[in-house]
Amino acid sequence: MENLIDAFFNIDIMRQAAPLLLKGAWVTLQLCAVVILLGLFGGLGLALLASSRSALLRLPSFVFIDIFRAVPPLILLILICAGLPFMGIRVPPFAAVCIAFLLNNSAYFAEIFRSGIKAIPKGQMEAARATGLSPAQAQAWVILPQAIRNVLPDLLSNVVEIVKLTSIASVVSLSELLYSANMARAVTYNSSPLVMAAGLYLLLLWPLVRVISRFQRGLSISH
Amino acid sequence: MTAAQPLPTLEITALEKRFGETQVLRSIDLKVRNGELVFVIGPSGSGKSTMLRCCNRLEEPTSGAIHVNGKPMLGIPRRDLDRMRLQVGMVFQGFFLYPHLSALKNVTLAQRKALGRPRAEAEARALEMLDKVGLKHKADAMPSELSGGQQQRVAIARALALDPKVMLFDEPTSALDPELVGSVLKVMRDLRELGMTMIVVSHEMQFAREAADRVVFMDGGVIVEEGPPEEIFGNPKSDRLKAFLSRVSGEAA
Repeated sequence: MENLIDAFFNIDIMRQAAPLLLKGAWVTLQLCAVVILLGLFGGLGLALLASSRSALLRLPSFVFIDIFRAVPPLILLILICAGLPFMGIRVPPFAAVCIAFLLNNSAYFAEIFRSGIKAIPKGQMEAARATGLSPAQAQAWVILPQAIRNVLPDLLSNVVEIVKLTSIASVVSLSELLYSANMARAVTYNSSPLVMAAGLYLLLLWPLVRVISRFQRGLSISH
Repeated sequence: MTAAQPLPTLEITALEKRFGETQVLRSIDLKVRNGELVFVIGPSGSGKSTMLRCCNRLEEPTSGAIHVNGKPMLGIPRRDLDRMRLQVGMVFQGFFLYPHLSALKNVTLAQRKALGRPRAEAEARALEMLDKVGLKHKADAMPSELSGGQQQRVAIARALALDPKVMLFDEPTSALDPELVGSVLKVMRDLRELGMTMIVVSHEMQFAREAADRVVFMDGGVIVEEGPPEEIFGNPKSDRLKAFLSRVSGEAA
């Protein structure tokens, strides 16, 4: 028992590792902010293309969504980091992670947005267009507000998944939270920094998880 | 057309509509005068709703022409179509109020975004229209808090607030419980008194008899017979209309 506490919950080690881990947590936060925004906007754009009446716009977006939902993001990330230099393109790790996440997240977000848009009855668009609203205005003021409200819990759940998934950036030596914790573990021969990292992820995500379940409760009450 | 005749408010000329192989409308000609209430009857699948939806191009006509106050609805850029649609109010069987917006906001949205009216003006106009349909006190209610009849009246107010030249009603009472139909018909009767030009596709034969200036009978994608209601209901000429009327009265009995 003492060994377990010593190896995983060692306060002294945690104290030593804290500055490094906090730095890593800050990088993770920045990374999350960028990739979530990229994913949301990319996904919304893709969803609008995928809901378009023109097959010329619709088909490529479906192909994109299918491919990047199926390819594991870790493979995508390694391919970008290892492959692009062969084409003469050097990307810093942060940018590589952003590209991999943009491809992966926008495909996921697009599916969520698209299902939300698809669930809105056709009559809503017709009513909006019949009152002289342009297609873009009808999307912005009639369709999307309803669609986003309907899929908000799914969007937030996906955000939680993304925050956790940013830990794969550690394989390309981006010094985010998991990478920093792993460094500290290697230096101290002790797993306590990993436990501490898990605690920091929990701290980061717990409010969000609370919001989601409150949302789901709220939705079931209002319906 | 002679120069003395005023321009029809809505004019449908040689309208054709095909869905793939199926011809839904063939050579439809219809002129609706200012202030006239034209009632369209016919069996289901006769093309009544399609004709109505072609008038504001929710359905794209295969060929023909549609003019509102002499201005073409077809063959114009999308921006012009959006502007023309402001002149053609539409009321749907399924109401289609925006469920995320209050009754008031439902009526102000297109005024603000499509007409560009300032908020205060749009809200004043919306309250005026909600008052006209007897729902001023429900301005802040969400659609889910309104009965079907109330929702349909808000939908009518939403269309009226844009000052349309003509109102299209696509089976406005078909989705309503019988006891709620009267409130919507009353609003339509009031509109007629105020001189609104209207085309109504509906199965409310009693209302057609009382309120219509002209009744158009459609079957198989063509206008088979048209005339004043007393002629159409009292002295039908074609066999198809006779058969339809006896079927309808049989159902009612």
